[in-house]
Amino acid sequence: MTEARRAPENPTMDMTSNKEVLRRIEYTGDMLLNMGPQHPSTHGVINFLVQTDGEVMKRAIPEVGYLHRSIEKIGEKCTYNGFMPYTDRVDYIAAMFANQGWAMAVERLLGMEVPKRAEYCRVIACELNRISSHLISVGTMAMDVGAVTPFPYALREREFINDLLEELCGARLTYNYLRIGGVAFDLPEGYADKVITFVDHFEKILVEFNRLITRNEIFVQRLAGLAPISREMAIDYCLVGPNLRASGVPFDVRKDLPYSIYPELQFDVPVGHGERGAVGDSWDRFWVRCEEMRQSCRILRQCIAQIPKGETMGKVPRKIKFTEGIEAYSRIESARGDMQYYVVAGGGENAYRVKVRTGSFTAMGIIDQLSRGLMIADLVALIASLDVVAPEIDR
Amino acid sequence: MQQWLDSLIRGWGHDPSAWPWTQFVYLAFMGLFAFAVINFAAITAGIFSWAERRVAARMQSRVGPNRVGPGGFLQWVADAVKLLTKEDLIPAESDKVLFRIAPYFMMVGFACVFVALPFSHRLVIADMNLGIFFILAVTALIVVGIIMSGWSSNSKWSLFGAIRSAAQIISYEIPAGMALMIPVLLAGTLSTQGIIRAQGGWPWQWFVFDNPATFAAFFIYFISALAEGNRTPFDLPEAESELVSGYNTEYSGMRFSYFFLVEWGNMWVMSALATTMFLGGWQIPGVSAAQLDAMTGGRAVVFELLSLAIFVGKTLFWVFVVMWLRWTLPRIRVDQMMNMCWKYLVPVSFVSVIFVAGWMMVVRAAPAVGTVTHWIMFLAAGVVPAALFVSRVARNIRDTGDRFDFTSNW
Repeated sequence: MTEARRAPENPTMDMTSNKEVLRRIEYTGDMLLNMGPQHPSTHGVINFLVQTDGEVMKRAIPEVGYLHRSIEKIGEKCTYNGFMPYTDRVDYIAAMFANQGWAMAVERLLGMEVPKRAEYCRVIACELNRISSHLISVGTMAMDVGAVTPFPYALREREFINDLLEELCGARLTYNYLRIGGVAFDLPEGYADKVITFVDHFEKILVEFNRLITRNEIFVQRLAGLAPISREMAIDYCLVGPNLRASGVPFDVRKDLPYSIYPELQFDVPVGHGERGAVGDSWDRFWVRCEEMRQSCRILRQCIAQIPKGETMGKVPRKIKFTEGIEAYSRIESARGDMQYYVVAGGGENAYRVKVRTGSFTAMGIIDQLSRGLMIADLVALIASLDVVAPEIDR
Repeated sequence: MQQWLDSLIRGWGHDPSAWPWTQFVYLAFMGLFAFAVINFAAITAGIFSWAERRVAARMQSRVGPNRVGPGGFLQWVADAVKLLTKEDLIPAESDKVLFRIAPYFMMVGFACVFVALPFSHRLVIADMNLGIFFILAVTALIVVGIIMSGWSSNSKWSLFGAIRSAAQIISYEIPAGMALMIPVLLAGTLSTQGIIRAQGGWPWQWFVFDNPATFAAFFIYFISALAEGNRTPFDLPEAESELVSGYNTEYSGMRFSYFFLVEWGNMWVMSALATTMFLGGWQIPGVSAAQLDAMTGGRAVVFELLSLAIFVGKTLFWVFVVMWLRWTLPRIRVDQMMNMCWKYLVPVSFVSVIFVAGWMMVVRAAPAVGTVTHWIMFLAAGVVPAALFVSRVARNIRDTGDRFDFTSNW
């Protein structure tokens, strides 16, 4: 081997550009696989540069940015109310949370209180959305491991939720339901009964779903002990939401930094125990999502029982304007974890700076580290278990 | 079939051994049978493609193809016409010769199996005394086709699929072959018809319930056949979520349809072979093979059709089980697939063969042991699991219901 063809001394150095990594892979004689952006199980347009030696990967480098739509920049060009429909597109699988984060950030700028009934409406909508988002997550995860049937089962239940949300706000995917200061529409007539009917039905379906896939031995063998994320590692890599909780950290914004009416509601924060393998393995991440759906059902029941009568919109000025430079920050527990909105008010009717912090983006960061030594089939399961959603990564 | 042709020639008033045209008659009928077999294989595969989609849809609370013909039954014809008229794309960077001929290897390896597969008491193309050996040999051609297609596509994903497939099929041929040797041992012949004749019509006379080792062998064979047919949980070569479509990613049109023809047709082959080797084949309960041989005239035709129906019924049941597994189970990983084969199936299959050899000596010394074991195995391994299965399904249906529809009231 000539001097020029020798492999670089430290092939796992992290702070290198992808182009440099590609050049290095070329010298090692390993195979470079392009996984994505058209690959069926990258969950959207994400590219992974996979350095492999046969089935075993040396590393997988996520390449993000294919779905960048400059939503944050749009937020600086729109009025505060006008940005609300755009927030749906931050995470179109759990759009209600993106709505709520933005609404809360601007409400904090306004320093206003939201009517109680509107808060309940928000929580009902958000928890329904959390279930539907987790259903997609667990369904696609089962499908990526090769079981096709759980996915239509999950989507069937999601259709019922979509029906419910459509009745609430007229949309099935990009809801645009929340408003700054409240919600767009009150609960329609008979809505409480329908939610309870759904929850009753869904709790039974969860049992069936667990029987079908969660305890399936092949499924457990595929996921248990796969890519475990230790408690420290999860915190170091800023993982949030179910991914963090699966590693045994009981951090939930709804509990630890309470907002809205969550302090009034009884629910548990499920954490991973490493029941079938190591703590924080892919199976734990799957299981935590299944349990969270159950907790969301509990929250829905309480909300339906406790919801007060009253207004659904607070007093909001017709034109929202702030003095230049004041800022606000909101944190909510999205389906994909801690979602944060940071907004700095500009002089006029629009913001000077909007920043959205999402869970999927940080989850992408850990894939490079975790993927080393896994198999290609494991990478697919790993991506699915982190529940990354392409639009939320790139925004 | 040769005797039948000879008797046909005698019926025309010639002596088959002296008549100069005998060989031509043989050749003409060989062509005819080949045509019939290929068409049977193709049409079965086509119908299975429809059936699988309907079964999958029912399992997944969907509808499935239901527009073309009654219940969507003609969907497979429409698909076949579409695939045959589609452009046959060949990637510019591919190895064009290998790319073109790869599907034919698979097709040949698959179609040749039907030569030795029985259908009913008299209906078999060639009752070779090497039947099982022939089937095992020609099915190995399929893996050649898969490797050729994966390599010549010049796509990394296809290559992955092909290499996985080669590793998988070659590994699983060992336990499958060993498991098939057990009925061969018990029947004392490699001929498929001979193995069926060695069994009986009632379930407790089948080889699967003969003794614990044959019961294990049946499942070893079935698992290995799933793996050789690239069916879930062993569909790694074409793992959709990992390899996009595996070795056939770059194929389109007719050549692509060959791959799927083979995949679906293989369901028939694996099920028919399981039926033949372990499940009594075409044997009619209460009617022995000797009685069938002795029948003539219309009675023979009726019982021939009955034996055909029994064989097809058993085969279709296992085809359904294969579909059922496919739409229920996740896919195992490639290292687990290898572990399962080399650490579990291969040792167990070898132990089973040795056990059966010893068992045969025991039964020869004391035939009553064999009869009692048949009954115990039938009850313990057949009736009890079936009852458990039924109660479990009943529980599932009771808990969540079979069908539900509460949205129509919303």
